[in-house]
Amino acid sequence: MSAALQDSARGFVARYEGARGHLPGDASVRAAAARTLRDRGLPTPREEAWRYTNLRPLAEFSPAPAAGVRPLALLALVPAFDGAARVVFVDGHYRADLSAPPVGFTTFASNPSFGQAADPVRERLVALNTMFAEDGARIDIPAGVDGGVVVLASLGSPGAAYHPRHAIRLAAGARLTLVEVAVGEGAYLHNPVTELAVGEGATLVHIRLQDESTAAFHLATFYADIAARGTYDSFALTLGGRLTRAEVHARLLGHGAATHLNAAQLLGGAQHADFTTVVRHDAPSCASRQTVKNVLTGHSRGVFQGRIQVARVAQKTDGYQMNQALLLSPDAEIDSKPELEIFADDVKCSHGATVGELDPAQIFYLRSRGIPETEARAILVHAFLVEAFDAVAHDGARAMLIAAVDAWWAR
Amino acid sequence: MLYINGLRAAIDGREILKGINLTVPTGEVHAIMGPNGSGKSTLSYVLSGREDYAVTAGTVTLDGRDLLAMEPEARAAAGVFLAFQYPVELPGVGNANFLRTALNAIRRTRGESELDAVQFLKLARAAAKRLSMPDDMLKRNVNVGFSGGEKKRNEILQMAVLKPKLAVLDETDSGLDIDALRIVADGVNAQRGPDFSALVITHYQRLLDYIVPDRVHVLMDGRIVRSGGPELAHELEASGYAGLAEAA
Repeated sequence: MSAALQDSARGFVARYEGARGHLPGDASVRAAAARTLRDRGLPTPREEAWRYTNLRPLAEFSPAPAAGVRPLALLALVPAFDGAARVVFVDGHYRADLSAPPVGFTTFASNPSFGQAADPVRERLVALNTMFAEDGARIDIPAGVDGGVVVLASLGSPGAAYHPRHAIRLAAGARLTLVEVAVGEGAYLHNPVTELAVGEGATLVHIRLQDESTAAFHLATFYADIAARGTYDSFALTLGGRLTRAEVHARLLGHGAATHLNAAQLLGGAQHADFTTVVRHDAPSCASRQTVKNVLTGHSRGVFQGRIQVARVAQKTDGYQMNQALLLSPDAEIDSKPELEIFADDVKCSHGATVGELDPAQIFYLRSRGIPETEARAILVHAFLVEAFDAVAHDGARAMLIAAVDAWWAR
Repeated sequence: MLYINGLRAAIDGREILKGINLTVPTGEVHAIMGPNGSGKSTLSYVLSGREDYAVTAGTVTLDGRDLLAMEPEARAAAGVFLAFQYPVELPGVGNANFLRTALNAIRRTRGESELDAVQFLKLARAAAKRLSMPDDMLKRNVNVGFSGGEKKRNEILQMAVLKPKLAVLDETDSGLDIDALRIVADGVNAQRGPDFSALVITHYQRLLDYIVPDRVHVLMDGRIVRSGGPELAHELEASGYAGLAEAA
């Protein structure tokens, strides 16, 4: 166990003891979460679920009064889609002056109730979030309503530590496209917990662009509960963060529910990004699809852990998982861990992983046509990643992702 | 003028080219024929700068410029174009985008202005039409899902757009039916003129009925063993390379 990391956990508990008097909502839920963190500490690589991701660098971070102003310049990076609503959080606090919220929007600050899906006993980062959560987006789309497109932006500034608690609920037959953008400056901790409820026959499209500062910690946990014939279609692009863990727990709870948990990670320097998914097939005839692409340069490290759990009742399950990695440097590393737990006997589940370098024949072909080597490599990396964006149906969001990749490459 | 003098090249320590001497004056089309394994494709790769071949001796100049000292992209800017025997597939890279990037990279190196998307598409569509290629081939990913004949036509399209001084066609006829062969040959013939030369590498004489060469050279075991006019191709067709080997 890393002593420094557990010092850090104790530091969080101490700060919670100092702050708990003026935190909103059910104090007993927060107190239970604090006990969990105090008793069990932050997770370490000794635990199977954390084998490839060490939170130790978090010990080097100490929260300071957040500057809060400079990141507003980053607001220019947040896309404005035609007709889309926009909600902006700066260092975890909702900023009405920067937002154009959709109908059905409230904040956690104004209605601080913790949902049922998140599990602060099992997940220590969720416990940490539960201790400190002050604000977050709550969006409710009524039955049969198309909520259009909502952009949810999180801007971070140096020294800030924020633990947003978001809740998105779609009633039966509702639709929503949620585009999340996380950006910031300097070293800060962004530790959101998001509960997503997709009703019967409802469709939630969730596109995330994580372009945080490369000094930042981005530790995000998502819970998606999907009812019969509902669809949760998500795509996450990770470009930023010093240390990233995005953990998605998707539960397919009714007949014919479906989820896509697609992702791409483009990392350089000493960046570490972990995409961990747990998909529970708890009903028959549900489908889950995951394609995760990684492009790793420098000393960066990418992790994909994908667990599919198929309950005994979940006959006719269709599960698919693919992890592809391009390693552009000898010091880059990818760790890929599929886990299949299948208790039904009539299922289709497959997983695969590929690791490679750029194909020298392709590089030569481009160069032989006059394209300089650096540009040739960029074209091929771009092509590898952009293929993943085909899964994103919203044109504006896809263009946003492509532009973000191009900007990353030009850095 | 392409001038090759005493060129030797090896791959993985094995010598493939064992002293090639060859001159192609500007404006001429020369054919290189030879049996499998004689070094034809190696010659094309060495001329275009593929890194896995080691040049151990000799010189290659194009209009007096030392090609062997240049990176592949610099050779392309200097006017070298290789039509690949096996064109490479580039999933996720659009054909039009690829070709425009290439053309503009070459124009940049030459100090010429770049073409915008509209100017380029006009040019590319006209070139595609001359090669009886449907417009949608420009929209598709480079060579992905193309038939053998479409891939070869795509090579010729690239040549037509990039307008090289020296085209090296590496078995461009392989895998083509007679209609496609005629289209490809027309594409090459359309480029012929006082500023264009070509090295047409082929196994069979058939292509040379459509692209009539000024000179024919026979490559065997890494050396040019015979040179002659177009009639040499017909002679080879009748006697085969085996007969020539006995005579040599």
